[in-house]
Amino acid sequence: MPRTAENNLISLRGVTRIYRMGVERIHALDGVDLDVKPNEYLAVMGPSGSGKSTLMNLLGCLDRPSSGTYDLDGRRTTDLGAAALARVRNERIGFVFQSFELLPRQTALRNVELPLIYAERGWWGSRERARRALERVGLGDRLRHRPNQLSGGQKQRVAIARALVNNPAILLADEPTGNLDSATSNEILDVFDQLHAEGQTIIIVTHEAAVAARVHRVVHMMDGKIHLDLPRAEDPILRAALGGAQTTAERARPRRTPAAAEPEGPP
Amino acid sequence: MIVLRLPLRFLRLLFVSVRLALGQIWANKTRSILTTIGIVIGVASVTTVFAALAGLKSNVLSEFEAIGTNKIYILSHRPSQGRLHYASWEVIRFTPDQFEGLTTHCPSVDRFTPVASHRDTLRVGDRTVEDVTVLGVSRAWHAIENRPLKMGRAFSAVDEAEARPVCVLTPEVRDELGLDRDCVGQSVLIGQRWFRVVGIVEPHVDSSVFNIGGTGLQVVVPFNTLWTMRQPWMHVIATSKSADLSEEAQAEIRFFLRRVRRLQPGDPDTFRLRVIDQYLQQFQRVALAITVVAGGIVGISLLVGGVGIMNIMLVSVSERTREIGLRKAVGARPAAILMQFLVEAVILCLFGGLLGVAVGRGLTAVLVSLPGAQLEQAHIPPWAIALSFGFAAAVGVFFGMFPAVKAARLDPIEALRHE
Repeated sequence: MPRTAENNLISLRGVTRIYRMGVERIHALDGVDLDVKPNEYLAVMGPSGSGKSTLMNLLGCLDRPSSGTYDLDGRRTTDLGAAALARVRNERIGFVFQSFELLPRQTALRNVELPLIYAERGWWGSRERARRALERVGLGDRLRHRPNQLSGGQKQRVAIARALVNNPAILLADEPTGNLDSATSNEILDVFDQLHAEGQTIIIVTHEAAVAARVHRVVHMMDGKIHLDLPRAEDPILRAALGGAQTTAERARPRRTPAAAEPEGPP
Repeated sequence: MIVLRLPLRFLRLLFVSVRLALGQIWANKTRSILTTIGIVIGVASVTTVFAALAGLKSNVLSEFEAIGTNKIYILSHRPSQGRLHYASWEVIRFTPDQFEGLTTHCPSVDRFTPVASHRDTLRVGDRTVEDVTVLGVSRAWHAIENRPLKMGRAFSAVDEAEARPVCVLTPEVRDELGLDRDCVGQSVLIGQRWFRVVGIVEPHVDSSVFNIGGTGLQVVVPFNTLWTMRQPWMHVIATSKSADLSEEAQAEIRFFLRRVRRLQPGDPDTFRLRVIDQYLQQFQRVALAITVVAGGIVGISLLVGGVGIMNIMLVSVSERTREIGLRKAVGARPAAILMQFLVEAVILCLFGGLLGVAVGRGLTAVLVSLPGAQLEQAHIPPWAIALSFGFAAAVGVFFGMFPAVKAARLDPIEALRHE
C-alpha cells in the first residue's frame, strides 16, 4: 500500500512519547508510524495502557512527541510552540470528549461558539456559523438550551457541533459514546457516519467493538506500538468480537510487528 | 497590516476576557462581593482620608489667604548665641523711633504699622466692659489688616503726632457699652483716661486655625498715644508691595534694622522676620507627612485586600481546571487564558474600587456634616479617585498574576483529566 506524504492528511514517523515516573521511563508510544488520508474513517482500539490515549493527545496537538515527526495537512507540527499549537488545534482539529465538556452556564449556541472566540479570523458571522453547526447535528431547535436542559445524546451533539464549527481537517473523538446508552450511542454514531459521508475525516478512540464496526479502518494499539492496522472488513479481532465468521483468508497478519502478541495468528 | 493586526488581536482578546470575567463575576455574585470587601475598605479609607486632608488644607489655605501673603511680622528676639545673648531686654526691645524712615529706606516695603496691645476695662457712664483688647497701631493698620472703617474716620497725622486720646471701636464694643449706633464724638473711659471715639471699624474675624491679632472685643488707639502712656512691648507688621517682593522686602528690612540697631558684622540679628509663607510651608510639610502615613496604612489594607483577591482567584482556577483544559483544547493560547484570569482579578478590584469610592463619598458627606470638625470643605480630590482606581487595578494585576500564570501553564491533558 503505497503512501506518499503529499496526499496524507496525517503523517506520523517514528513517534515516541516517553513519560518519566521518578527514575523510571515509560514508553507510552514507541516508534509509531501512521498515515491518514483525507476523508478516512478510522478507529483506534486497544486495552488501557496501550498508548491509544497518548496517540490521541499527540494527534490532537495537545502533546508533543519525545521524538519523531508529525505532519498535519502537509505542515510539520513537531517544532511549533505552545501558541502555534493552540492555533492548529483551533483551526485544524475538532475534539469530542467522552464527558462532553460543555460549559454548564452557557447555551448550546454559546458552547458551539467557544472555538470561534479564540480564532484568528474575525468574528463576523460566528453566531451564524455556530447555528449552522448545530443544525448540521440536528439541534436547530435547541439553540438556547443550557446543558442541564439537554439529554446526554443532545449534549454530545452540541459537543460535535462545537468540534465542527471551525471546519477542522480532522475530527478526533475520544470514547464519544462512553457515557451513553446503546440507543443514544447509535444516534451519535449515525451523526459520525453522516459527517463522514459529507467528507469529514474522523478518528475515533474506542474500546467498543460496536463503535468500531462503523468505521472503515481500524488501528489496534498494544504496548505503545501499532499492532494491527487494517480495513475494518479484514480486521480479525473485530470480527471475533462481533461474533462474525472468520476464515483463514481473512485472517490478518501483523503489519510491522511480528514479535508483538498476535492472539489469533497461526504459528 | 501586521502593525495594525497585533493591537487589534489584543483588543479582541481583551474584549473576550472582559465578557468572560463579567459572566464569571455575575455567576458568583456573593463570592465576588465578599472577595472585594478588602479592596472596598482600602479604597474607601484612601478617599476619605484624602477628602479630609483636602478639606483641612483648603480650610487652612483660605485662612492664610485672609491673613495675607505679603505680610512680614517683625519681632524682637534675643539671639541664642554671641555677645547679645546676654543683652538686657531693654536693648533687645523695639522702640518706635527705630522704624522711622523704614519705607523710604526699604523700597519694596509698601507700608507698616507698629502694634502693641494690652487688656483693659472700658467704661461709659454706669456701663463697664472688662477684658477689652486695647490695640495701639498706626493708620496703615486698616489697610494691612484689611479692617476698613465703617463709620467716622481713621486717626489723623495730627492724632498720631500729638498722641491724642482718640479711639476707634468695633461694633461689639460699642454695643456692649450701650452707645448709639453713631457714637462718633462721644467719650469712653479706657483704664483711667478718657478717649474720644472718632470711628467704628470692621469687626475682627475669628480665625479657627490662627490666633493672630487677638480675639474678642477690641478698641483701637493711636500707637503713639499708647507709647507715651506705657511704653509697651511692641512688634511691627509690614507689607511688601506684592507677594513676589516679600524676599526683597525682608532683606531690606533686615539691612535697615541691623544698621539702626547698630549690630556689628558677625552679630546675630536681635529681631526676627516672620512671613505667612513659612507657616504655610510648615503646614504643607505636616500635611505631606499625614498623607504619607495615611497612604501607607491604606496601602497595607489594599495589600490585604489583594491577598483576598489572589486567594479567590486560586480557588477559581482550581475549580475551573477542566474548563481551562477544554478552552486550551479548542485553541485558546496560553496568553488568552492568562488574560481571562488577569482581567477577572482586575475587574474584581476595579469593582471594589468603585464601591470603595462610593462608600468614601458617603463617609466624606458624614465628615462635612460633623459639627465642630471644621471639615466643611472636605471633598474627594479627582486625583485621589484616579489614584484609588489605579492602585486597585495595580493590586488586581499584581495579585491576579500568580493565579493567572498558574492557569495559563496548565497542561491541557492534565486539566481535562482533573476531577
